[in-house]
Amino acid sequence: MTPLLSLTGLTKAYPGVVANDDVSLSIAPGEIHALLGENGAGKSTLVKMIYGLVKPDAGQMQMTGGDFAPTDPRMARAAGVGMVFQHFSLFDALSVAENIALGMETPPPMRTLAARIREVSETYGLPLAPDRVVGDLSAGERQRVEIIRCLLQDPKLLIMDEPTSVLTPQEVEILFETLRKLSAEGTAILYISHKLEEIRALCDAATILRGGKVVGDCVPRDTSARAMAEMMVGSTLATPKAAAHDAGEVLLSVTGLSVASPSAFGMSLRGISFDVRAGEVLGIGGVAGNGQDELLAVLSGELPCGVGMVQFKGSDLAKNGPEARRGLGVLAAPEERLGHAAAPNMSLTENAMLTGAAREGLVRRGMLNWTKTRDFAERIIAGFDVRTPGPDNAARSLSGGNLQKFVIGREVLQRPEVLVVNQPTWGVDAAAAAAIRQALLDLAADGSAVVAISQDLDELMEISDRFAALNEGRLSDPRPTAGLDVEQIGLMLGGAHGMEVAHV
Amino acid sequence: MIRIEARPQPSAVMAYATPVLAVVLTMIFGGILFAVLGKDPLQAIATIFWEPIFGEFAFFYRPQLLIKGAPLVLIAIGLALGFRAGIWNIGAEGQYIAGAICGAGAGLAFFPTESVLIFPFMVLAGALGGWAWAMIPAVLKVKFGTNEILVSLMLVYVAEQLLASMSLGLLKNPEGFGFPGSRNLQQYPSAHNAEIISGTGMHWGVVAALIAVIFAYVLLTRHRLGFAIRVTGEAPRAAKFGGVNPGRLVLFCLGMSGLLAGLAGMFEVAGPSGQISIDFNVGYGFTAIIVAFLGRLNPLGIVAAGLLMALTYIGGDIAQSQLGLPAAAIQVFQGMLLFFLLALDVLTNYRVRFGAAEVL
Repeated sequence: MTPLLSLTGLTKAYPGVVANDDVSLSIAPGEIHALLGENGAGKSTLVKMIYGLVKPDAGQMQMTGGDFAPTDPRMARAAGVGMVFQHFSLFDALSVAENIALGMETPPPMRTLAARIREVSETYGLPLAPDRVVGDLSAGERQRVEIIRCLLQDPKLLIMDEPTSVLTPQEVEILFETLRKLSAEGTAILYISHKLEEIRALCDAATILRGGKVVGDCVPRDTSARAMAEMMVGSTLATPKAAAHDAGEVLLSVTGLSVASPSAFGMSLRGISFDVRAGEVLGIGGVAGNGQDELLAVLSGELPCGVGMVQFKGSDLAKNGPEARRGLGVLAAPEERLGHAAAPNMSLTENAMLTGAAREGLVRRGMLNWTKTRDFAERIIAGFDVRTPGPDNAARSLSGGNLQKFVIGREVLQRPEVLVVNQPTWGVDAAAAAAIRQALLDLAADGSAVVAISQDLDELMEISDRFAALNEGRLSDPRPTAGLDVEQIGLMLGGAHGMEVAHV
Repeated sequence: MIRIEARPQPSAVMAYATPVLAVVLTMIFGGILFAVLGKDPLQAIATIFWEPIFGEFAFFYRPQLLIKGAPLVLIAIGLALGFRAGIWNIGAEGQYIAGAICGAGAGLAFFPTESVLIFPFMVLAGALGGWAWAMIPAVLKVKFGTNEILVSLMLVYVAEQLLASMSLGLLKNPEGFGFPGSRNLQQYPSAHNAEIISGTGMHWGVVAALIAVIFAYVLLTRHRLGFAIRVTGEAPRAAKFGGVNPGRLVLFCLGMSGLLAGLAGMFEVAGPSGQISIDFNVGYGFTAIIVAFLGRLNPLGIVAAGLLMALTYIGGDIAQSQLGLPAAAIQVFQGMLLFFLLALDVLTNYRVRFGAAEVL
């Protein structure tokens, strides 16, 4: 059978780095093909070339036997390539249909479009009402908008970039049903993901990239997740391991925490209560947008809360801002690296000053000690294997994974008594993610209390002693992680279970 | 096809090269403007940039450079602190007027008593006046979330009315034969901001400007408050996460820029200008915005930029009188400088590539 798409010897170099080096692969019609690789392996560059966003330096692409060299996404779309990006480009204040119309060259009348959206959404089992406002949709529903936007163009090849990172297990199942249905109808799917178990469940073939080169192909069903991971990394993987330790006294105690969200599309926190003990990791799962950012902001001291709601070792933190809390030993690492955890245009040294000032003694009588700060930054870079030419480089020049290592390292090295992290390994490659998780476990083993907020359930199962789900701004009762299965967790996350009574 | 692409790091070379490029482009396009007005462009440019420093009457113009440059630098330093933090005080002109009125008023209240304490008291009053005028937009912003750009700008016009009222009423010279304007402080020794060294243009305002430059430099590079200012400007959320209280920063930055603008006004009214009059303010507060940006919001850069702007003021005056260039043409010329500077700013964070299109 002629392949739908075949790539031969694709090469793309950027100054200082070869993003893709002689990459070849082919996808048959109806095939679900996984593209695997760590961050920086060249997956994004490859799909951008297919989608016409980047022009290859060398090599050919063929689509159904004919030459295919898209110069822009419009041309790629016309040839039948659709792409669902990891980050959605949707307007919160517009309806589903309006958002879809915005992305079209010649949008049909709104009524026709709404009917077509309904039709496609029913055919492929993607429930979505065209007149709903996007701001009210869950992440899974937003993704459906993006998928339907692609499906309306009858694509022959659908590219999906990390589609499940924002979904609950149940939503993942719905998505997989849709993808299988599309595949059965002959639509090929190029599926990019870090989650190896998903790839094993879904994909027919996999191409593994490392350092811009194809390092292997496999049939995911017949290959273990570990074997695939090791092909990606190029070495054997160390599984993070918690040292045996007993939980100590309660360090952080949250009682009846209710805070209105500062932004219109944020989520208010409603009656959240939990305790974290010394030596314990509390995992808080949930789909982004259910109050994670707000919870972190309250705990870090950025968002004020009522008296008595947040206590550290029995003393109230309501009056303490971020700086005062750091002084006490309550530290945090927010999800958004650029612009929140770090200032993009400032150097790593300056970013080390941002949170290290108090605990690392970088300030004396208001005067900054840059020599000492630089040392601190260098210690973070060395201790957490941050790949950068040096501490004078701007934060934004680092790749996402490296900056994340810097951000986590900055807090961990300050020996916190309580550390709150949000999405600690988001977008970080497997080896770095393992290192970050190990650092969190070591911190707990040394007697700190760790609160890990994450969407990655595997991660939470791996590191946390107890697990709670954050849904619609409410937190379920924390339960010991041992003995929880994915099904139960999924239901906790969906909030549609007796464990968490829904009440408004 | 020309396209611009983001640099991974801001270019250090371009950060220093763009002000120079902007000056060169301003000369070229200013020259074209002057040519269109029927003047010899080379002569006009030479008159503006050469005549004040090296010309026949340079002995007269050189001190003017300090006299005109000092208030610009003093105000621009204060503005730059705020601009660095993303706090936009556009109303320095009003704070300048408020400082002048308070400073002059404090001095005239003691007329004709002579005492060494009067001048320091005037300095204090001028600083407080400017500070208080700037606290209006600051407090409104912190308490009610108003836009400091609008409020501070509108207060300039209020200050101008206040100035007119003072010249015609409360501060009017009782021996002035009914003419508007206060007593001339140059004729009141205790209140006169005289030249420290005669014939150099060096008055206390110049000293204050230099102190402000050093103060701002140390603040921005070595002090945690300066760090808070820079982080807030670069990434407000990161600053808040780092522990910066945005409200307090607004109060500090607006207060500081008002204070320095007030000082500038006080030194001007007690020295070079001499009296409160209806047309006392000549736009230093607005030109200082150009100076702040031309100097890259960097204290040392602002000194160079202040002197350059002072030069175009003086040279512009000479060009008006000698070549008959309209005043508006000089203002367009100065405006071009800011325009080119801001346009070229793109080059610091982006580079221009010539070649086929490619989206990253």
